[in-house]
Amino acid sequence: MPASFIPYFLVAQRLGIALITLVIVSFAVFFATDLLPGDVAQILLGQAATPEAVAGLREAMGLNEPAIYRFLSWLAGLATGDLGTSYVNNMPVSQLIGGRLISSLKLAGVTTLFTVPIALSLGIGAAMARGSLFDRVVSILTISVISVPEFMIATLAVLIFAVWLGWLPALSYGVEVDSWGAMLRGYAMPVITLSCVVSAQMIRMTRAAVIDTINTPYVEMALLKGASRSRMVLRHALPNALGPIANAVALSLSYLVGGVIIVETIFNYPGIAKLMVDAVSTRDLPLIQSCAMIFCISYLSLITLADMIAILANPRLRH
Amino acid sequence: MTDIPLVSVRDLTIGATTDAGRRVQIIRGVSFDIAPGEIVALIGESGSGKTTIALSLMGHTRTGCEITGGHIRVGTSDITAMNEKARANLRGTAVSYVPQSAAAAFNPSQRLMQQVIEISAIHKLMSRSEAEKKAVGLFRALALPDPENIGNRYPHQVSGGQLQRLSAAMALIGDPQLVIFDEPTTALDVTTQIEVLRAFKSVMAKGGISGVYVSHDLAVVAQIADRLIVLKNGEIQEEGATQQILDAPAHPYTKELLAAFKPVTQVHAAFERDPKEQPVIEVDGLFAGYGLVMNGEPQIKILKNVSFKLERGRNLGVIGESGSGKSTLARAIAGIVPAYGGHILFDGKKQQLALADRSKEDLRIMQIVFQLADTALNPAHSIERILGRPLTFYHGMTGRAREARVIELLDMVRLPAALRHRLPGELSGGQKQRINLARALAAEPELILCDEITSALDSVVAAAILDLLKELQRELRLSYIFISHDLSTVQAICQDVLVMYKGEVVEALPAARMASDARHPYSRLLISSVPQLDTGWLSGLEQDPELLAAFSNR
Repeated sequence: MPASFIPYFLVAQRLGIALITLVIVSFAVFFATDLLPGDVAQILLGQAATPEAVAGLREAMGLNEPAIYRFLSWLAGLATGDLGTSYVNNMPVSQLIGGRLISSLKLAGVTTLFTVPIALSLGIGAAMARGSLFDRVVSILTISVISVPEFMIATLAVLIFAVWLGWLPALSYGVEVDSWGAMLRGYAMPVITLSCVVSAQMIRMTRAAVIDTINTPYVEMALLKGASRSRMVLRHALPNALGPIANAVALSLSYLVGGVIIVETIFNYPGIAKLMVDAVSTRDLPLIQSCAMIFCISYLSLITLADMIAILANPRLRH
Repeated sequence: MTDIPLVSVRDLTIGATTDAGRRVQIIRGVSFDIAPGEIVALIGESGSGKTTIALSLMGHTRTGCEITGGHIRVGTSDITAMNEKARANLRGTAVSYVPQSAAAAFNPSQRLMQQVIEISAIHKLMSRSEAEKKAVGLFRALALPDPENIGNRYPHQVSGGQLQRLSAAMALIGDPQLVIFDEPTTALDVTTQIEVLRAFKSVMAKGGISGVYVSHDLAVVAQIADRLIVLKNGEIQEEGATQQILDAPAHPYTKELLAAFKPVTQVHAAFERDPKEQPVIEVDGLFAGYGLVMNGEPQIKILKNVSFKLERGRNLGVIGESGSGKSTLARAIAGIVPAYGGHILFDGKKQQLALADRSKEDLRIMQIVFQLADTALNPAHSIERILGRPLTFYHGMTGRAREARVIELLDMVRLPAALRHRLPGELSGGQKQRINLARALAAEPELILCDEITSALDSVVAAAILDLLKELQRELRLSYIFISHDLSTVQAICQDVLVMYKGEVVEALPAARMASDARHPYSRLLISSVPQLDTGWLSGLEQDPELLAAFSNR
C-alpha cells in the first residue's frame, strides 16, 4: 500500500470499528430492554384484561416470536429508517422522535457554539500562564463547577435570573419566539447550565494536554530560538495537543444529547432525553430502543470524529 | 583573537526549588570567559550543572531554577540585567542552541525546513526564500544528503545523525556569535558520531563562531574544544587548554575522570577452570525475532544464526550499534524472547528456548541485569522486598534467614545494610544498578547477562561497577555475557568479543587485540570510530567513505 493511503486506511478502519460497535450496542440495547420486567401486553390492557385477550395481543404484536428474529427484523427496520410503532399511542416512533430530536440538537448546537471556543481559550490560556493568578482562578472555578450537581446550577439559575431578577423566562419552551432577542432569552438559561457542566471538563483536559506538550524538548527549543510564549504555544504545542483535545471535547459534547434530562426537566424543554424517560415509565419499548440507539449514534459519531482528527493531525500517520 | 572576550561570566549562582519546596544552590560562583572563535567545553558528570550553565548563557533556566546572582555578558548585552523580551531577541541571533536529542527537539508536526528557518521568521532577519536558500547552503556544508529537498521532510522521516546535523543548521541560520552544543552526539552511534563531529567542526571553524560544548565524554570533547572547564557539583574544578588538561591534569577530580577513561584490558580468565568442565554456555545457530508468529517464524526477524561458546571464568563481550540485535541476543538466551531456531546448551545440558518451559533450576543458573535500573526496580517496593523475592522464589527463604541473606547481598555489592529499608527512588543511579546486580546474585547464578548495565551511569560510577563485577566473579565463580555499545567498557571486563551487525555475528575477536586482529570491514570501521583521548585523533582519522556509507545505520 502506498504510504500516502495509510491515513485514509486508518480512517476507514476507524469507521468500520464504529459500525461494528454500533451493531454490538444495538444488540445490547434490544436485549436489555427485552429483559425489562413486566409484560407489555399485560400493561397495555390493564389489570382487568382476560388471559385470552393478553395472549391475543401478544400474538398480534409478534411478542411470541423468538427474540433473535425480532432483533433482526428490528435491526432491518432501523437500517431502512423504520423505527417501529409506539406501543402506547400507536404513532410511528420516528414521528414521536422527530421534533424532539431537532429541539435537542438545537440546544446542543447552541451550547457547543457557545462553549467550545470559550473552554478552549480558557484552557490554553491557563496552560500558557501556568501557576499564575489567572490559572489558579480558572482551576478553582472549573473544579467548583464540576463538583456542583447540574440540578443545583439549574435551580439557582432559575432562582436568580427568573425569580429574583426577572430577566429571563423560567421555562424555555412555549415562549413566543418572535425575535432574536426572545430566542436568546429562551435559550439563555439551559445553555448556561449545560455550558457549566460540559466546559469544566474541556478546560481541564485542554490545559493538561497543552501543558503536556509545553514540557517537551521541542517546545523548549522553540523558546530557545527566541519565540514568544504565544508563538511557542500556538505554533508548537497546540498542533501536537490536538488529538487529546479533540477527544476531550467529543467526550464532553456527547453528554449534550443523552445526558441532559435534568436540564430538560427543570426548564421544561421538550428534548429527546425527556422523551426517553417518559417512554421508560410507560414501557414503550420501540421508543426506548430508538432513543437509546440515537444516543449511541451521537456518542459514537463524536468519538469517531475526534479519532479521525487525531489521525489526520499526526504527520507520522499522514506521511 | 582580540583581547575582549565574547562571553564573560562572573560569580554566577543559580538556585533551584526542590519538589519539597526547599531551596538549593545548584551553581555556586562560576566565572569564565570565552574568546571570539573559541570553543570551550563544559565537562562534568550528571548533576554537575553543565547544562544549567550553558542554558543560562541564553538567559534561560528550566522550571524551578532561577539565576540568583552574578553577571553574564554576551557581546555587548548584559544577559542578567535583561527582561524576558530582550533575552528572546538574542536567542537564535546572538546565541543559539543545539539540543542533546535532536529527535525530541524537532516538532513532529512541522516540516524540517519550516523549523530550520523559524529563527529568521521570528526575528524577521530575511525573506522566506532567502532563508531557505541559506538553509540549503548550510545543509550542504553539514554534508546532509539531498540538501535541496531534505527540508520538505518531517522529522520522523530522517535518521538521528541527520537530525542532529539539521539541528546545527537550525542553530546557525541566524548567524549567531555563540553556539551552545548540549551533548549533541551522546545519543548517536559511534560511526555516526564521527560524521556529525566533523560537520560541526568544519562549519564552526569556517564561520569563526564561538562555541560552548557540553559533554561528559572527554574523548569527544578532545576533538572539538580549545579549552576545557571541569565541573563538579556546580563549581569549577579545573580550567585550561584541552591538551594541557589531558596531559597534566592538576585537580584530583580531573585525574579521576581521566583514569575512568583509560582502558584496562583483560587477558586471562578470572579464575582457573577445571579442563574437564563443559563450557558454561554454548549457543548454536540461534534465530530470534519479534511480532506475530506465522509458520513458526516471527514476522520481524532480528537474530540470524548466532553461535558462540563461553568457557567458565571467561567473559564474553557483545558489541554493536543500535539495532544490531545485541539486546535481543540477551533476551533470547534468557528466554524472554523465545528463539525460533537453534540450541542453547548450559553446562552441556540443552535448555528450553522459551522462558515458560524452563525449570526453576534452569532459571536460577542464568540471570539477567537490565540497562535502566530505574525501570527495572519496582518504585513501590523496598530494597528488602526486591531482594527478598528471588530468595523466597529460588531458595524458599523466609523471615530471619531471608533478612540475613539480604544484608549479605547488600554487603556483596558494597552497600550498607541500612539501605534495605529504602525505596529505589531514594537511591542514586549507581546504587540502583548495584541493587539490580544484587537481585541477580540472590538467585546464586552461574552466568549473568549484563545488558548495557553501565551505559546510563557516569564514567567514574561505571568504573566502580566494573571493578565490583570483577571482584564478584573471582569470589563467586561467575561468568558474564556483557553487552555494550562502548568498546572500552567491554575491553575492561571481557576476554572475548563478538561484533554484531544487523542481527548477525560478523566476527569473534580477543578483547585485548581487537584493533589489530579485526578482519571484517565492519568491525574495523566500528573499532576505528571510537574516539580516542587525543586532540588530533579526529583530524588524523581516515575512513573509507564507501565503507562508512555501506555500514552506517542510516
